[in-house]
Amino acid sequence: MMNPMPSAIAIESVGKHFGALTALDQVSFTVEPGEFFALLGPNGAGKTTLISILAGLSRPDSGRIKVMGFDVQRDFRAARKSLGVVPQELVFDPFLSVRETLQFQSGYFGLTRNHAWIDELLFKLGLSDKADANMRALSGGMKRRVMVAQALVHRPPVIVLDEPTAGVDVELRQSLWHFVRELNQVGHTIVLTTHYLEEAQELCSRIAMLKKGRLIALEDKSKLLAHSARREVALTLSAPLPEALRPWLRSVEGDRIVLQLADIAELEQVLTGLREARVEIRELSVIETDLEDVFVKMMQGGN
Amino acid sequence: MQGFLTLLKKELVRFWKVSFQTVAAPVLTALLYQLIFSHAMANHIEVYAGIHYTTFLIPGLAMMSMTQNAFANGSSSLIQSKITGNIVFLLLPPLTALDFFAAYLLAAVVRGLVVGLGVLVVTAWFGLPWPAHPLWALVFAVLGCGALGALGVVAGIWAEKFDQLAAFQNFLIMPLTFLSGVFYSINSLLPFWKTVSHFNPVFYMIDGFRYGFFAQSDTSPWLAFGVVGFSFIIVSAFALWLINAGYKLRH
Repeated sequence: MMNPMPSAIAIESVGKHFGALTALDQVSFTVEPGEFFALLGPNGAGKTTLISILAGLSRPDSGRIKVMGFDVQRDFRAARKSLGVVPQELVFDPFLSVRETLQFQSGYFGLTRNHAWIDELLFKLGLSDKADANMRALSGGMKRRVMVAQALVHRPPVIVLDEPTAGVDVELRQSLWHFVRELNQVGHTIVLTTHYLEEAQELCSRIAMLKKGRLIALEDKSKLLAHSARREVALTLSAPLPEALRPWLRSVEGDRIVLQLADIAELEQVLTGLREARVEIRELSVIETDLEDVFVKMMQGGN
Repeated sequence: MQGFLTLLKKELVRFWKVSFQTVAAPVLTALLYQLIFSHAMANHIEVYAGIHYTTFLIPGLAMMSMTQNAFANGSSSLIQSKITGNIVFLLLPPLTALDFFAAYLLAAVVRGLVVGLGVLVVTAWFGLPWPAHPLWALVFAVLGCGALGALGVVAGIWAEKFDQLAAFQNFLIMPLTFLSGVFYSINSLLPFWKTVSHFNPVFYMIDGFRYGFFAQSDTSPWLAFGVVGFSFIIVSAFALWLINAGYKLRH
C-alpha cells in the first residue's frame, strides 16, 4: 500500500454530442481494480459511445477518461496497453487464419514471442483445432471467440466486453462466462455491457445504468436490488378484492391481483382483511425482485 | 517499432496472398500495352536520338504501373478494412499515427517496386538498355511509389464507399498517370498541353525515371526530383495529419 492503486477506469464528466443528439451528458464514475462491473441501458443509451471513448475509437467533446491512471488521449499508448476491448460488431480479417489474426494482434501491441499465451488462449476458448483455419471458414460463434482472444493477447489488466453474447449460442455463453470469471478471479477488471440482464445479475458485483446519455444509477448489485425491493404478492381470489385492501393494489391481470407491500409483515394485515371479508385465496405467490424489474422501473422513471 | 513492423508485415502478406491479382495482373496489362503500341507505332519517329519508340515506351509503362499499384495498395486495403470494420483492430492497439502511416506507405512502395520490376523484366526484350543512371532510376521509382502510395492512404481514409474510391481512381489517378508522357514525349504536344503537363507530378516521375535509363529527358532530372520529392512530402504530411486528427477513423 505504498502507492494508492489508481482506479482501473476513471470517467470524469464525459460529454459527447452527435449533431443535435446528446449521446453522453456529463457521465462520471470509476471502476476499481478487480471489479466485475456491468454497464446497462437500453439501445441508444450511450453505452457503446462511452466504451468507444474509453478505447480511443471516439473522442469526447468534454471530460476525460483514464485507464489504470493513464489518460486515454494524452497517454494513449499506455492506456491502450492496459485495455482489452471486445467490440460489439462481429468483424474479422478475411485474409488471415485464426493464429495469424492473434499473432498480428500481438505484434500491434509490441509483443513478438507470445506463442505460449496464444496457444493458451486458443485452448481456453476452444479454438485449438481451428487455429489454422481461415477466419472466413468460421461460424459466427467461433469468430466471436477469436475476437475475445484478440482482446486478450496483450494480457490487459482491464477487459471490456461490449455485448459479447448477443446472438451467441448457449454453449459459448456458458464457456465464455466461465473463462471471463476465471480472468476476474486472477485479478483482471471486467466491464460488461449486455442485454441479458440475468447475465449481469449473475456475474457482476456493481452496476451502472445509463439512460439517454446520463448515468441514472451506480451501485452494488445487492444494494440496487434491495433499494427497489418491491414486496409484491400475486393473488387469485374467489371474489373481488375487498375495498379495505384497495390501497395496496398495484395491478390486475385477468383474475390475478398483484398487491404491493411496504414490508412483508403487511401480508398479515392483507390476510386478515381477506378473512374478514370472507374472500378465499385460491393461489398466492410472492414475487422476487430481479435486475430486470429494477431496470424497467428505472428506465420508466423520470430520473 | 514492433507495432509498425507487424502492420507492415500484415500489409505485405495481404497483397502477396493475392499476388496473382496485385502483381501478375498489372504486369500482364503493361505487357499488353507494350505489344500493342510497339506494333501500332513501330514506324513512329524516334522520340530521342538513337532510342527506338518501343524502347522509349518501357520506362514510362513501368512507372505508370508502379504509381497505379502503389496508389491501389493502401487505398484498397484501408477501404476494405473500413467497410468490413476490421480496422478497429488497428485502432485499439497503441500504434502511433506515424506507425500506421509508415506501414501502409512502405507496403505500397514495395508493391509498386515489385510490379515495376515485373514490368521491366517482361518488357526488357523490346530493347531496354541497362540504366545509364541506376541511382536516378531507383530514386524516381521509390519517390514516385511513395507519393502515390501516400495519396492512396489519403484516398482510403477519405472514401467511405467503394464507388468513391473508384471515382478517385478513375477521374484523378488514371488521367494523371495516362497523360504524363507515358506514350509520348510532351515535346511533341501543342504548347498549351505541354504547359498543362508540367503541372502533373506524374509527368516528372516518368520523365525522371526515363532519364535514369536513357540519360535523356524532357526536363532536368533535378527539377523532376524537386517536384516529385515535394509532392511526396506534401501528400505524406497531409496523410499523417489526417491520421493524427482521427479524420474518418476516430469519431
